[in-house]
Amino acid sequence: MMTEIALNVLDVAENSVRADASYIEIDIAADTKKDVLEIIVRDNGCGMSKEQVKRVTDPFYTTRTTRKVGLGIPFFKQAAESTGGSFKIESRENEGTCVKAVFGLSHIDRMPLGDINSTIYTLVVFNEAIDFHYRYSYDGREFVFDTKQMKQILGDLSFQNAEVSQFIRDYLDTNKAEVDGGQTL
Amino acid sequence: MKSLEELKAIRERNQGKVGVRSENETQTRVVVGMATCGIASGARPVLTALSDAVQKEFLTEKISVTPTGCIGLCQYEPIVEVLEPGKEKVTYVKMNPEKAMEVFEQHLKQGQIVSKYTLNAENL
Repeated sequence: MMTEIALNVLDVAENSVRADASYIEIDIAADTKKDVLEIIVRDNGCGMSKEQVKRVTDPFYTTRTTRKVGLGIPFFKQAAESTGGSFKIESRENEGTCVKAVFGLSHIDRMPLGDINSTIYTLVVFNEAIDFHYRYSYDGREFVFDTKQMKQILGDLSFQNAEVSQFIRDYLDTNKAEVDGGQTL
Repeated sequence: MKSLEELKAIRERNQGKVGVRSENETQTRVVVGMATCGIASGARPVLTALSDAVQKEFLTEKISVTPTGCIGLCQYEPIVEVLEPGKEKVTYVKMNPEKAMEVFEQHLKQGQIVSKYTLNAENL
């Protein structure tokens, strides 16, 4: 069982990495008026067949050969639906996949968003070949983190350079705190 | 709001220090399981702790830290594998950031395997 929504996001985005995506979009939007927390992970990876999409929420379906169960998507779906929210996964072969989970923001069963900055940091720094577009919004205020723009400035300097990776952390921490006032979601 | 402007200065300061990501045969590879099983048992902080330590001690030329998928030993996650050229693979199980730092200090820096955390030390 995942303990934070941020870990579900990492898990789903790792699927995008394994689907050979070259572009991954992650969107986190909290809205206190509508009382929802919306999570979208979209990629341009290899996608799934209709048959696979149908079965992907089944915990006893997996494409892996190392084990017999596939719990990532079922965990995420259950976590969202148990808060009065919804879960949707759309995919087309050779085009990509989009996962959308909506959580009831104030619902007692909603797990915390958790350390979303660490999730984004991990994805970005360890998958340099992939372009990430991350948007975080809270009641209409938002910030965007786009690794394509970063690469344009950095040239061939790696994200794994200590100064660069520290900058990525600071960028995410500072801007998230400004957008949501530093509160724990 | 922080902008990407600062990156220009970082880029200037690090002129000539490029190509850090070049993987070569003499490099020690450290892989961390990051499938659902790994993530759910706490692999994310283990991965970042190891990577931060390698960066801070300027060892990125010698050691690469990378995430990997599920290796089929889900009950022992988080798993860290150390692959040194010419040596047998060492599998560390049930890791956390503190244990991973012991592995970093003793194994990665000094070549001493921390056998209390290896797979063989567990009752299989």
